[in-house]
Amino acid sequence: MAEPAMKQSDETGEIFDKGIDKGLARLTPEKIEQVINKVLSAETGARLKTYVNTCVHCGLCSEACHYYLSHDNDPKFSPAGKVKQTIWEILKKKGKVDHKFLKKAAEIAYTECNLCRRCAMYCPFGIDIAYLISVMRRICHMLGVTPLYMQDTAHSHSATLNQMWVKEDEWIDSLFWQEEEAQDEMPDLRIPIEKEGAEIFYSVIAPEPKFRAQLIYQAAVIFNVAGVDFTMPATPGWDNSDQCMFSGDYEMMGRLKKAHFETAMRLKVKRIVMGECGHAFRSVYDVGNRWLAWKMPPIPVTHAVEFYYELLKQGKIKITKKYDKPVTLQDPCNISRGRGLHEKARYVVNALCEEFIDMQPNREHNYCCCAGGGVINTGPPYKMKRIDGNRVKAEQLFAAKARGAKVVIAPCHNCHGGIEDINHHYGLDMELHFLGDIIYKIMEKPA
Amino acid sequence: MHDVYNFVSGPLVWVSFIIFFGGCLYRLISMAVLAKKKDVFVYEYMSFKYGLRSIFHWIIPFGTVKWRKNPILTIVTFTFHICLILVPIFLCAHVILWKESWDIGWWYFSDTTADILTGIVIACCVFFLIRRIVLPEVKYLTSVSDYVILAMVAAPFITGFWTYHQWPGCKITGIVHIIAGEIMLAAIPFTRLIHMVYFPFTRGYMGSEFGAVRNAKDW
Ligand code: HEM
Ligand code: HEM
Ligand code: SF4
Ligand code: SF4
Ligand code: SF4
Repeated sequence: MAEPAMKQSDETGEIFDKGIDKGLARLTPEKIEQVINKVLSAETGARLKTYVNTCVHCGLCSEACHYYLSHDNDPKFSPAGKVKQTIWEILKKKGKVDHKFLKKAAEIAYTECNLCRRCAMYCPFGIDIAYLISVMRRICHMLGVTPLYMQDTAHSHSATLNQMWVKEDEWIDSLFWQEEEAQDEMPDLRIPIEKEGAEIFYSVIAPEPKFRAQLIYQAAVIFNVAGVDFTMPATPGWDNSDQCMFSGDYEMMGRLKKAHFETAMRLKVKRIVMGECGHAFRSVYDVGNRWLAWKMPPIPVTHAVEFYYELLKQGKIKITKKYDKPVTLQDPCNISRGRGLHEKARYVVNALCEEFIDMQPNREHNYCCCAGGGVINTGPPYKMKRIDGNRVKAEQLFAAKARGAKVVIAPCHNCHGGIEDINHHYGLDMELHFLGDIIYKIMEKPA
Repeated sequence: MHDVYNFVSGPLVWVSFIIFFGGCLYRLISMAVLAKKKDVFVYEYMSFKYGLRSIFHWIIPFGTVKWRKNPILTIVTFTFHICLILVPIFLCAHVILWKESWDIGWWYFSDTTADILTGIVIACCVFFLIRRIVLPEVKYLTSVSDYVILAMVAAPFITGFWTYHQWPGCKITGIVHIIAGEIMLAAIPFTRLIHMVYFPFTRGYMGSEFGAVRNAKDW
């Protein structure tokens, strides 16, 4: 995910993105108006209307947003400011907007908001800006104006049911390969594939087999040591990630979640345990299930942080010696604001590490890493924008570092990607780990 | 003059109250119906307990991180809203009017208290006006309608104040006051002042999502 930033903008700072620009070139004014009004009339209702009518234009949500703070309080980046440049304008013009407007609106929706929902805790009315920006994304998707890199992942989802064009045999090979590697360390270790009736379906995001296979290795060691009865499927449906939720392709999001849940049903497991990923959790636990008319997921879903909490609390994994470097913790929005796992995360971190230094602000109030909401998946054209958009995260981390923290624990793949870039760009020079990295490193393993 | 006075303080009061109550009811019901039709899951997720929990924190001064981070604004906005609602209800002159027409009455502020509270409301409106002009993040969101709304809210207080003090032209301002008050009431359902009616629902819904689904606080 850390591809080099290419020159993809001109001297005015305009960024070129083939997905957005070519998509726009295909559109006529009539088509734009028709599609926008179709989305508005068919898919929006009381929420959109009430939010727009209730907003008193007070600007109190501004300081919630890391983009606003990182751009020296530029009002164009405030939550309501972004809605003004997108949804308000569309409603005012009744869908009669031009290409220039749409290009800006698409950029705002896809690259200037992480849908992190922090602003909902700062607006006195609880206006859901993330929802309003999602409506803008949905319109862009229906118009065919989506960032190229993100659309590529969405295409992969629709062709393979995973985000990274991983073929079925490659997936199975990766599991065998990691199993074999891990058996060097723990000869009777297994990664049980297609074990019907197992307690747990362990699901991961596609970048794990593709780029970070060692995470599957580590998880396998942890689960085997703890004696967890788990399985992983051999069929599509193993990937829990979801860029379609972010591109606005909700039909595809529904298909992905359906495949995921049905895989769990087919394997007759009791619950799904997910790896350390925030957006995937949001998709499975909160958003995707709703599209399928499940108020809550049809089968219990546990995020890795909560699962590690259980394992430690029940003494199923034991620690040889606590991790001795001082650590700080990135609370991923999708599992803190999205699931309230911040206290459990702290329990886990304190159980594993000698010294824990909290970031300020923290827990529900932590700043987003600026990679989430699909923003990192818009790829190289918008990489610098994303990094510039989160100067406050760098400042927050520098402050933790000044108080002694040397390691950042980020139990979320996107946070990882985002913080890695911030780390390099701002010269933070901190180590970055998943919880699983640390557990694997310091846990008691059979000799 | 008397005819005009009788008209604005008689039939027009009726009209404005009917528009106010009818309008608010209409907006509420149409929101509920539309939600049932288009966002039906809102009903599923709305939680009495968590909704109230969130509303409760937000209507307490300094009850949320946001309110604590902006102490001056918090004091101003709470003072403003409390006075704004209490003054017209417990104003001696208003209570007398109720007494005369309906023979009902209730406790009222002393004239001095009312006068001070009215001054506070006007001062708060000036604060909001300045804030709107000076703070870039507010200015950016501002359109003409925001000034109009603020003026509509300030007008009954300014003209009432003027009339009470019997300043020049108080006969006219008395009438203007009544009309201004009526306009403000009638405007509530049809402008962003509807936030008064919608607040419990928007906040309550966010509180429900955060509390019941996401196990987190939203304040
Ligand atoms: C709806 C019709 C209304 C009528 C018939 C009415 C009538 C009156 C009258 C007769 C007075 C006394 C003036 C004096 O002392 O000579 C008064 C004062 C006042 N009214 Fe109203 N009013 C109305 C609506 C409102 C509304 C909606 C508000 C505010 C939201 C308001 C706020 C005030 C204030 C602040 C004063 C002056 C208080 C003071 O400085 O002592 N009025 N009104
Ligand atoms: C009782 C329920 C109400 C609640 C919970 C409520 C809440 C709020 C909140 C949270 C704000 C934004 C914060 C601020 O800018 O101060 C606000 C602003 C405002 N409210 Fe209310 N309000 C209520 C009733 C009313 C009523 C009845 C009026 C007038 C008729 C009113 C007039 C205003 C005005 C004019 C502003 C905006 C000030 C500006 O221009 O920034 N509110 N209200
Ligand atoms: S990035 Fe987060 S805080 Fe900023 S507008 Fe989007 S949802 Fe709100
Ligand atoms: S979204 Fe909320 S905080 Fe932001 S301007 Fe509108 S009412 Fe104010
Ligand atoms: S990537 Fe991490 S911090 Fe950013 S939105 Fe996702 S969970 Fe939040």
